[in-house]
Amino acid sequence: MVDVHLRGIVKRFGKTVAVNGIDLDVNDGEFIVLLGPSGCGKTTTLRIIAGLEKPDAGRVIFGDRDVTYLPPRERNISMVFQSYAVWPHMKVYDNIAFPLKIKKYPREEIDKKVKWAAELLQISELLDRYPHQLSGGQRQRVAVARAIVVEPAVLLMDEPLSNLDALLRVKMRSELKKLQRRIKVTTIYVTHDQVEAMTMGDRIAVMNQGKIMQVGTPEEIYNKPANLFVAGFVGTPQMNFFEATVSLKDDNIVLETQDFTIPLGREFREILADYINKSVIVGIRPEHIYPKTMRPSTLKKASDISGVIDFVEALGSDTIIHVNTGNMIIVVKISGSHRFEIGSPIDLSLDLDKLHIFRKSDEKAIV
Amino acid sequence: MSERKESGDIVKYYLRKIIVAGLVIIVVLWIATPFVISIIYAFSDPDQYFSKEIILPTLYTLEHVHKLFALGAMQAIMNSIMVAVMTIILSFALGLPAGYAFARYVFPGKDSLKLLIVGLRMFPIIIIAVPLVTLYIRLGLNDTLLGVALAHTAMALPFVILITSSIFAGIPKDLEEAGLVFGLTRTEVFLRITLPLALPGLTAAAIFTFIMSWNEVFIASVLTLTNRTLPAFILTSAMAATDFIKFAASFIMILPAMIFVFIARRYLIAMWGITLR
Repeated sequence: MVDVHLRGIVKRFGKTVAVNGIDLDVNDGEFIVLLGPSGCGKTTTLRIIAGLEKPDAGRVIFGDRDVTYLPPRERNISMVFQSYAVWPHMKVYDNIAFPLKIKKYPREEIDKKVKWAAELLQISELLDRYPHQLSGGQRQRVAVARAIVVEPAVLLMDEPLSNLDALLRVKMRSELKKLQRRIKVTTIYVTHDQVEAMTMGDRIAVMNQGKIMQVGTPEEIYNKPANLFVAGFVGTPQMNFFEATVSLKDDNIVLETQDFTIPLGREFREILADYINKSVIVGIRPEHIYPKTMRPSTLKKASDISGVIDFVEALGSDTIIHVNTGNMIIVVKISGSHRFEIGSPIDLSLDLDKLHIFRKSDEKAIV
Repeated sequence: MSERKESGDIVKYYLRKIIVAGLVIIVVLWIATPFVISIIYAFSDPDQYFSKEIILPTLYTLEHVHKLFALGAMQAIMNSIMVAVMTIILSFALGLPAGYAFARYVFPGKDSLKLLIVGLRMFPIIIIAVPLVTLYIRLGLNDTLLGVALAHTAMALPFVILITSSIFAGIPKDLEEAGLVFGLTRTEVFLRITLPLALPGLTAAAIFTFIMSWNEVFIASVLTLTNRTLPAFILTSAMAATDFIKFAASFIMILPAMIFVFIARRYLIAMWGITLR
């Protein structure tokens, strides 16, 4: 058990910069998720922490030890690979026992630990089989058992669930999280799946183009995205974005878009003072917009806009409505199943407390 | 109507099967007939062999094989095995690291180097035969088994490098990296993870190398005088004798290679059954 610190990590492959100056602090026993689209450098970052790649600049620190130039075997880490990387020429037992055998544990202790790990992952009856006799899910469990059996200081996982089918993925998600809670190992988990990140991570580091865009708890990432990228990447359906001009009308701040005007309260005056007569990007999540008729009574500050229903997706648990307001499509998500007529007009209420406003120049959040 | 159509389908189905079976039989005959003929005549009685009435002899004898052994075939077989084993050891010692490097690393000049290696195979061996002999005489390697093995290594090496590199490329890198993460050094990863996984493929490459060396006659004849390998020995002794001696010679030529392949094949299947999904 150890805390992990990354200081100014840079990694280039030829001319492409995979990781472009990353600083990250992972607390002891924490489950942190590196989330980002493919090619954002999250796997490279993980491989640098593992010691499988050398950074071109920067330091990797475990506790108070600088491990940047240590080979993987001297870092006391474990890793679960995307492909599982279970050795096909060894039985399940030998796969799990292998890290212990290398560390020269006595035979009885190896046996005890392997059985403990196998029991924890419910693969005790598979110990005598070869990997090719196992299903993908079982192989994945073997990979996890092998990773935890050495009781590593840091557990690294590289998209471990991406090769499983949807049902199994949901099941393993909670199981992995529970397992991590039980053995309290510092875990760094790489994924491109925002649902995995939101459900599993104590904290999430959202990455894009080799940089960390925001680090925070799932709630912070979701409710207070620090920039346009995080706001757009997390959440399904995606947050609605539209350009608006900030203007002053009768002492009140107003956001003017192509199709409608959103009057904001007085409290925005100070915050948006520098942006008057300038263009900003406004974002609001689909679940924070309601058809006017279904508007909850708890909604304090709302603004109404109107449009025509363009398309409806009935998901059963939710209904997603695409509303055409003239030049824009606004996506609205309401829970439960409701019938809406495509082509009919609809009035919408925006929850102004849940409005996000981003600077146009650097896409950072203002509100 | 529909019944008639159905019976037509059945005819078509069986017709197709018969045609496929026929083609398979032709291919098998094509390969097996020379084997069978040489084996039968290798043991046939001389009188029956020359008789105009008898095609398939009824009397068999070991006389021809004995005669060949009396001429020194045993020594030639031993020489051939020695040369083949040395060739395998040398070409693998040189070829495995090269193959691994080609499979795993990116380095400048990799593609042109690969082309150069393939290019070596285009060199007709006849061209270098005489220079090779003079070189060997100067080095004191002429008429030695090591000399032949070195020449065979040069012939087998491109093949060994290309085959092993594709074998190593077929082993997922993750398996090696898992080894690094769980406590092995680079060398240990190669010995304990990569090599066991590559073994079936490497065995196949070894078989081909063995057979290449076992069958090679030209260089072996040019480079040796007293220490002849089997094909060179047959070329100089048996080919001057009567037909059935030639057949006996071809039989002992085929036999060890066949035994070797059969043993290795069983081993190959057993291992591949485990390692492949």
